[in-house]
Amino acid sequence: MSEQFEPNIVAFLCNWCSYAGADLAGTSRVQYPANIKIIRVMCSGRVNPLFVVNALQQGADGVLISGCHPGDCHYMEGNFYARRRLKLLKELLEFIGVDPRRFNMSWVSASEGHKWKEVVEKAVEDARAAGPFDQFRRRQIGW
Amino acid sequence: MTEKPKLGVYICHCGINIAATVDVEAVTEYAQALPNVVIARNYSYMCSDPGQLLIKNDIKEKGLNRVVVASCSPRMHEPTFRKALQEAGLNPYYLEMANIREQCSWVHEDREAATAKAKKLVAAAVAKVRLLEPLTSREVDAEPAALVIGAGIAGIQAALDIADAGFKVYLVEKSPSVGGRMAQLDKTFPTLDCSACILTPKMVDAASHPNIELLAYSEVEEVGGFIGNFEVKVRKKARYVDVSKCTGCGDCAKECRLAGRFPNEFDEGLGKRGAIYLPFPQAVPAKYTIDPEKCLFLTRGKCGKGPKCVDACRAGAIDFEQKDEIVSFKVGAILVATGFDVFDPVRKPEYGYAGYPNVITGLEMERLVSASGPTGGNIVIHNGEEEIVPKDIAFIQCVGSRDQSVGNEYCSRVCCMYTAKQAHLVKDKIPDARVRVYYMDVRAFGKGFEEFYDRVRREGIRYVRGNPSEIFKRGNKLVIKVEDTLTATPLEDEVDMVVLAVGLEPRGDARKIIELLRLSQSPDRFFLEAHPKLRPVDTATDGVYLAGCCQGPKDIPDTVAQAKGAAASALIPLARGKVAIDAQVAEVNEATCRGCGFCVSICPYSAIELVTVNRMGHMVEVARVNEALCKGCGSCSAGCLSNSIQPKSFRDRQILPQIAALGGTR
Repeated sequence: MSEQFEPNIVAFLCNWCSYAGADLAGTSRVQYPANIKIIRVMCSGRVNPLFVVNALQQGADGVLISGCHPGDCHYMEGNFYARRRLKLLKELLEFIGVDPRRFNMSWVSASEGHKWKEVVEKAVEDARAAGPFDQFRRRQIGW
Repeated sequence: MTEKPKLGVYICHCGINIAATVDVEAVTEYAQALPNVVIARNYSYMCSDPGQLLIKNDIKEKGLNRVVVASCSPRMHEPTFRKALQEAGLNPYYLEMANIREQCSWVHEDREAATAKAKKLVAAAVAKVRLLEPLTSREVDAEPAALVIGAGIAGIQAALDIADAGFKVYLVEKSPSVGGRMAQLDKTFPTLDCSACILTPKMVDAASHPNIELLAYSEVEEVGGFIGNFEVKVRKKARYVDVSKCTGCGDCAKECRLAGRFPNEFDEGLGKRGAIYLPFPQAVPAKYTIDPEKCLFLTRGKCGKGPKCVDACRAGAIDFEQKDEIVSFKVGAILVATGFDVFDPVRKPEYGYAGYPNVITGLEMERLVSASGPTGGNIVIHNGEEEIVPKDIAFIQCVGSRDQSVGNEYCSRVCCMYTAKQAHLVKDKIPDARVRVYYMDVRAFGKGFEEFYDRVRREGIRYVRGNPSEIFKRGNKLVIKVEDTLTATPLEDEVDMVVLAVGLEPRGDARKIIELLRLSQSPDRFFLEAHPKLRPVDTATDGVYLAGCCQGPKDIPDTVAQAKGAAASALIPLARGKVAIDAQVAEVNEATCRGCGFCVSICPYSAIELVTVNRMGHMVEVARVNEALCKGCGSCSAGCLSNSIQPKSFRDRQILPQIAALGGTR
């Protein structure tokens, strides 16, 4: 068997759309790579850009953030804030030399189990192509 | 936090749902070795009574003060386990769940990878649970009133039930009259009772009920607040008729210079109306409305020597000065019953609906056979050359349903039966007519449906299995090209008239309701219920309920049943008079807050305000959260420049250890 790099990806999903969509993928027995590990937050707007940086520091090779479709946010505007903040973050990461493929954002609704699979597969492929991440790993942070 | 965390970790097999893919023993062993874990166990069904008892006993006997359950999604059983903790005397918010079913065992096949992932998810939950804080949920009063949007049969029934239970109902209907789609139907299948005869009494009841405030010709503009305390703004559109004076006599409509010039929406365009009109004779309220887009006086400021309706109206009810009016009120629950649109067969150009006047939709057929319809119930149709009584009639089923080419994969559930009913009515009115039904499958699933289907076939209506490929004109006849798929015979059928059994689609303006109430759509674009089986009338937004075809195609009995169900759900907060407020709200650290007010501008609920406090002798401004308004989304927190505002249970210091556990070693 050829040794394929298996990236470790941390995902932040909003409770109302994407987390429910990922649950639906499970209920529908949609299969996708196990590289992704999900942290539930109430809204994608809760995701502090520093969480993304922190995940990369802690040894994740990629980060995925997923929320409700723009306009459908359970909290009205949270995903707009997320989009604005994380777009800037993506540019900043690229600026400081982090492969932009390590950071993905998506909009997955509670009824899009199949879309969730596609989103995960893309994030895994992207992170795999970017390779193991160790640019931030010089020091370990203990909480 | 002074007390040392003592954790119990419980790994569920969920029968074989988890255990078949995840090595639960290995996960248990792994969990046992994690910091602060006193006991790690696995059990076949954690959510069962014995499973919960396991947790409760450990809390009491081993002095656990934190619990991790690794099982299904927290969206499924978090309330169950919270309750178990509470019953054992522990704060219910000392629970964290690891989702190792929906997001692990069900989506991965590789046992090794799934087990490794389950371990990480458990480690993350353990890392977080140690830092959780005790919370208490609070209750606020619920407004004893409900808003029902849409006054078709679903909205009317729900409004009547809630009003009969003793609560105020605001029933908002966008069109000039209540009644909805059911009012347009002639007879109802399979009993053939007259639709109007069973509906109109309910329409009148709804309008005259002392607890119902009917807002017809009105649209919901704004909804704020939350379950128990919604703040609603409704726009009452100007009718240009004073409803308190209008007697509904109709003299105005007879005199209107544009009488009979415009297609009447209620008759699906088969009948005509003027600029001032009553949509149908039994309309409730029986008040005339002036169409502001058609009326000469309103569009051009001039109508001959003066508007004739004004002269005709002896009650002096016409009022061109009338303006839209905004009505505001508070309700505790909202019920959505906005109904459906029928599929527009122009999107199936092969059936020639746009070009041939004798190709009509099922809903147009309803108006054509209705005694109150434009032809007085006589089936007469123009074949492009002359008005005829059709003798050769074909029905085509599944137009716009079960059809991926138009994006509608679903079955519309009513077309098989309404076609059978209309075929019967044709035979009834034109006994020598030759009637054929082209179908893919006949779905006669409801009570009395199969019997009715058998009956119409006995009456001589022929069912031919085949999906027509084309309709074209030959002489004054229409030709249907179709293959009889039971005998594999290509056919050409010459007919006088074709009825397309168009399916049901979400309302064209459904988007407005979605944005107003934060609803979701299922893949078929109808509104999404909270759970497809167990919460079919609830939505993800607490206090908002669904009834009728806005949630998916249904027939009348199912619609009424769902409306009664939704009404019962909406009555829960109203009858209790109180609703629980989520305890997971944001909190400000006033010692570090610098009062910049950024969170105030972010908060979509205006739940944060700046207040002046005394900080060591200095008066400074800091943010403060109104817990009754905060929904705990945490957008403020991600924006805070000094990390001073944090949502409880989702604080940075609770999430960062999760990240560390999941990032961790590869």
